[in-house]
Amino acid sequence: MTQVNYFLTEEQQMIIDLARQIVEEKIIPVRNELDENEEFPWAIIKDLAQADLFGLFIPEEYGGMGGGSLEICLALEHLAHGCIAITTTYAASALGGYPILLFGSEEQKKKYLPEIASGKKLAAFGLTEANAGSDAAGIQTTAEEDGDFWVLNGSKQWITNGGEAEIYTIIAKTDKHKGARGASAFIVEKGDAGFSFGKKERKMGLRASSTRELFFDDCRIPKDRILGRRGQGFIIAMRTLDLARPGIGAVGVGLAQAALDEAARYARQRVQFGQPIISFQAIQHMLADMATEIEASRALIYSVARTIDSGSKNISKIAAMAKLFPTETAMKVAVDAVQIMGGYGYMKECPVEKMMRDAKVLQIYEGTSQILRNVIGKALNSEYAKK
Amino acid sequence: MNIIVCIKQVPDTEAIKFDSEKGILIREGVGAIINPPDLHAIEAALTLKDSLGARITAVTMGPPQAEQALRDAISLGVDDVVLLSDRAFAGADTLATTYVLAKAIKKIGSFDLVICGKQAVDGDTAQVGPGLAARLNVPSVTCVSEIGPNVSEGLLQLTRMTDNGRDLLELRLPALITVHPSLNDPRVPSLRGKMRAKKTTVPVWGLEDLGADPERTGLKGSPTRVKSTWIPSFEARREILSGSPEEQVGTLMERLKEAGVI
Ligand SMILES: Cc1cc2nc3c(=O)[nH]c(=O)nc-3n(C[C@H](O)[C@H](O)[C@H](O)COP(=O)(O)OP(=O)(O)OC[C@H]3O[C@@H](n4cnc5c(N)ncnc54)[C@H](O)[C@@H]3O)c2cc1C
Repeated sequence: MTQVNYFLTEEQQMIIDLARQIVEEKIIPVRNELDENEEFPWAIIKDLAQADLFGLFIPEEYGGMGGGSLEICLALEHLAHGCIAITTTYAASALGGYPILLFGSEEQKKKYLPEIASGKKLAAFGLTEANAGSDAAGIQTTAEEDGDFWVLNGSKQWITNGGEAEIYTIIAKTDKHKGARGASAFIVEKGDAGFSFGKKERKMGLRASSTRELFFDDCRIPKDRILGRRGQGFIIAMRTLDLARPGIGAVGVGLAQAALDEAARYARQRVQFGQPIISFQAIQHMLADMATEIEASRALIYSVARTIDSGSKNISKIAAMAKLFPTETAMKVAVDAVQIMGGYGYMKECPVEKMMRDAKVLQIYEGTSQILRNVIGKALNSEYAKK
Repeated sequence: MNIIVCIKQVPDTEAIKFDSEKGILIREGVGAIINPPDLHAIEAALTLKDSLGARITAVTMGPPQAEQALRDAISLGVDDVVLLSDRAFAGADTLATTYVLAKAIKKIGSFDLVICGKQAVDGDTAQVGPGLAARLNVPSVTCVSEIGPNVSEGLLQLTRMTDNGRDLLELRLPALITVHPSLNDPRVPSLRGKMRAKKTTVPVWGLEDLGADPERTGLKGSPTRVKSTWIPSFEARREILSGSPEEQVGTLMERLKEAGVI
């Protein structure tokens, strides 16, 4: 049967092959245990580092592979076949690295990007706070100038790779009264004085990934740790999220494809009423919708990624679309996969049980589905104002 | 440090089936892979390279398509490769194989360490490693399950698995070792490695390049003849002893004596 041809290059195909090999050999054998024990996947992080995958999006001059959005989306999609907790750990390091790549000074890029590219150090991105989730402008963590230092006070909540990462990009208020221009972005390193971590959160899914609170208690960092200019914090955060969102869409596609694979195989082999359940139209139609929506998601992500890689600016709308549709698809497909597999789908020994628990977070982090619709809607409003 | 790793391409053992009527392997449609134990040999070389620095050459004797095994080795981090391929090498047993491998290693030049997998999963002889060491006139240690703690350019501390336990050894280099899969966990390839593997032209050495004697290679150089192949059948019999515990122990002792076990 002909499959959709995305005209990938040989190198892009290599990324897929490599990610799949890591999934088969390293991730699938341990994913249940990591999930069950809420254990951080250090051994697999080492494998991903050895495979050069942490450097995919980083230019060669900083030790990376010089790839773009499509390359990292391919890696995320195919790693997500195995386990999205592990894939999120990997994705969050890129999320922490993007601000440095986009807005870092030459010295900052030279210092931090090679460490992130090699996978020797993980990065993290800290925006969310107890009172500021979707409404990022409500953050209360502050950074004040004090001679040659910035002094940070406050806390961040639910930060992926918290405690495990060495390099943190943190958004903090620098001018309380300046609204959208009142925040700045900083690089904070594990070990900086006054920087500490809360306990690891216990979660519905994504249990092998580490999610922690970050505390800044008169945390003093050198002046040159500010990213970009003072007041650019929210711009940096939004540009970072724009770049990362298609990647989360790709994680959704990988998870959904894996769930479809499980459900379709099971439906062919499970016999009820004297025939394999796939012979029932009700099951076939579910599978058909799953497969079609997955392919549509994939096509959307690859097209958006290629648009980004061609150097387009103002990508907020298309980046939001490339997260919204694929992650909604992922949740729906995971739920339907459990349905098709019946009681077995609800059991821990069945891979889709974890997939369904894991999928939910994709509609929440890096912009909830509602917030993504707000972004798209706002863009439409201004587009149509001009027509 | 110069390390040579000898690898073999074998049919994908997980996919292969055995035709028990004809007594042959059904190879059609089955992919070829690096002999799984050899992945541990490559990993051992790469680990030494990580700690001491080394140049690693992977060598394989096989048909032209065995080139893929060498490309896979490059993608894992091996520096150089050589394919030993010639019609005259076909049908080799372990004697003829070690002859060709030894010729090739001499042509490569100096080495500190040769590493082989413990055995090939298709032939299962475990003879090539030690046989090759004899031809190269270097000491060999088989079934290595641990390298270290001390490793240097000239000396390796090793643990060897034996039927009765473990031997702790020191091995002066140059030497040959064969490694047990418990030694390490083979790494995954890297993207840079895969790209390099794609671009590499694999050098092929034949009979003449090696200056080898055609009487000693391939089928001609192989005294081993396969008479027949079969899957050994194994029937377990059982017997439940009756009577009081004392009587049962008595009967058991008699049986064991009859069987010559005690
Ligand atoms: C596992 C996990 C990992 C995370 N990792 C990170 C990380 O690494 N870094 C980081 O900074 N953050 C991280 N987050 C935080 C995440 O980005 C936020 O949870 C998310 O932005 C939503 O914020 P909230 O949870 O406070 O929900 P809220 O903002 O309180 O939203 C609650 C509900 O209200 C809806 N809502 C809110 N505002 C509107 C509106 N204007 N219109 C319509 N509906 C609205 C939302 O869609 C949602 O349904 C993580 C979260 C999780 C669960």
